Amino acid sequence: MTIIVRDDGFHADDQTDFLDLASDTDPATLDPSLAKNIRIAFPSSADGRGFSLARILRLQGFTGRLRAAGHVLSDQYAMARRCGFDEVEIPDDLAERQPAEQWLFRADWRAHDYQARMRG
Amino acid sequence: MYTYSDFDAAFVAERNRQFRQQVERRIDGSLTEDEFKPFRLMNGLYLQLHAYMLRVAIPYGTLRSEQMEMLAHLAETYDKGYGHFTTRQNIQYNWPELGDIPNMLDDLAKVEMHAIQTSGNTIRNVTADHFAGAAADEVADPRPVAEMIRQWSTDHPEFQALPRKFKIAVTGAQADRAVIRAHDIGLRLHEQNGELGAEVIVGGGLGRTPMIGKTIAEWVSLEDLPAYLESVVSVWNLLGRRDNKYKSRIKITVHEHGIDDIRARVADRYELVRPAYNGAHMDLFHQIAAQFGSPAFRNVPTDAYGAAYKADPVFRSWADTNLSAHKVDGYAIVQISLKAHGETPGDASAEQMRAMARIARDYGHDELRISHEQNVVLPHVHTSDLPAVHDILKAHGLATANIGLISDIIACPGMDYCALATARSIPIAQEIATRFDELKLEHEIGELKIKISGCINACGHHHVGHIGILGLDRAGVENYQVTLGGDHTETLALGDRTGPGFSAEEIVPAMERIVDTYLAHRDGPEETFLQAYRRLGMDPFKTALYGEQPSKRTKAA
Repeated sequence: MTIIVRDDGFHADDQTDFLDLASDTDPATLDPSLAKNIRIAFPSSADGRGFSLARILRLQGFTGRLRAAGHVLSDQYAMARRCGFDEVEIPDDLAERQPAEQWLFRADWRAHDYQARMRG
Repeated sequence: MYTYSDFDAAFVAERNRQFRQQVERRIDGSLTEDEFKPFRLMNGLYLQLHAYMLRVAIPYGTLRSEQMEMLAHLAETYDKGYGHFTTRQNIQYNWPELGDIPNMLDDLAKVEMHAIQTSGNTIRNVTADHFAGAAADEVADPRPVAEMIRQWSTDHPEFQALPRKFKIAVTGAQADRAVIRAHDIGLRLHEQNGELGAEVIVGGGLGRTPMIGKTIAEWVSLEDLPAYLESVVSVWNLLGRRDNKYKSRIKITVHEHGIDDIRARVADRYELVRPAYNGAHMDLFHQIAAQFGSPAFRNVPTDAYGAAYKADPVFRSWADTNLSAHKVDGYAIVQISLKAHGETPGDASAEQMRAMARIARDYGHDELRISHEQNVVLPHVHTSDLPAVHDILKAHGLATANIGLISDIIACPGMDYCALATARSIPIAQEIATRFDELKLEHEIGELKIKISGCINACGHHHVGHIGILGLDRAGVENYQVTLGGDHTETLALGDRTGPGFSAEEIVPAMERIVDTYLAHRDGPEETFLQAYRRLGMDPFKTALYGEQPSKRTKAA
């Protein structure tokens, strides 16, 4: 089972249909019309490829739901949101080790953002 | 010099608040060392051989005197009374207690400093020419560009879990004092049709697979630069290898795919990325650049300098080696050597840091720089003040006249501190410096750069030393390989290996034989070691090190 993390904390999975993309997806195959909802895998918290994939999709004009799924740490929540993810899906055991308050501590992802400042 | 905006100050304060909470969770046991690791690495905290090590960023090597005084305060309060300046213009504290780290970071924030992105797989502290804003050969000041890159790269959401670390260096002068072709990205500022931009060089690096960076773009305008850099890093983030950390740096990606392929991918990504920058970054750049104006230079007589130069041979010797040409008449760039013979290269005591800060305040327009050669630079000193500056330096053991000479050695921390090291480097540097000081030969030898690394990761830049020394472990015994002919300037070159390595006892005599060979074969004192090596090749040095080589004699006969 998994937990969905959003800005307001933990939620049960609402079982939406997603197109699943692996972290090693070739960026040349990305297209905003691929699917309505896309889920990008994070096999490890050190694998930051999903951040670039999300950013490319958003720059291409993808407006659907974008989910980061896998080994994402609470301290990476702000990065995921800033790259264009709407939410993060984590396994139950990770949710147990990193409870909701740790994610809420980083939910204020719009504050202190150098990139937002640089892009006006 | 740059001073923090309210935004910068709030960012650092918030980051420190987060890290304090993480340290508390680590100390009370709710975080394991493994879980704590990514958090501490985001904040410059390493776990070394004996203790934690905190690496503090000195962006593009630039400091005000109050910042240097704070570094002294940290050394005294939280460490053993000294700090170690590194080849990436940072300072490291080798003995802090974990519980003290949040207080150290809060102290640093008081003087607008931090330790963010000095470790981990992120874009690291950006480095630049340590003579920026002062050098006679400067085309454009690299500091405003470096500061823009610091802000652009800090906490960049796409680039906090890269395949490996990523280092950027900037120069705006004819001479390359920032080793830009040995960085993941090197930028050389230059104008095209009166507009400032940069040549972008990618895929350089030292380490176990040294590579010289290749030009990916001859000129990118300043306005387009953040989008271009973002495109390069984004392409590498997806393409760089993650299966083997020794093959993950962008130099390998460029080598495996070819520069033309990478250039095409970057151009594609750039089309997508560039429209997201609407010009706000240029407003920011202009605000930054306005803070890097020249200090109020004085126009006063220089007689005091001439008189001291004539009267005092010790001052003369120091002036001849440690001063460089300034862009303003009557001024000089002073290098303070942190390489006193027999001392640890790059170390400075709290008392020495305070003395340097005081000199900068009283005589140096309040500016200091850290060079990648682990020395301290006073970029703007009026020559009439040099005798007074020299007197103060002497009183604090800081007047060693050896910049660019054989004892001005770059050495990594080596096995004395580093968990990765396979051999000692600091003691080898100390022995070489002491030996050539005894021989009283170093001024006779002239410009000669020795660089020492205590393992294959090459933090001591040995590949680009005129003489490079690499310490390895051979079946439990330290073994030092020697390279000749490396060059760390705009004519960057990697050294050639002489042959089998030397034991710790043999390495200093080997250096003597190399130097003797140079002195015996050079055309005259004006031919430097590097020039002589390029003319002579390896053979005479090989013979001096290993004796006559039978195979060659046979061939000749």
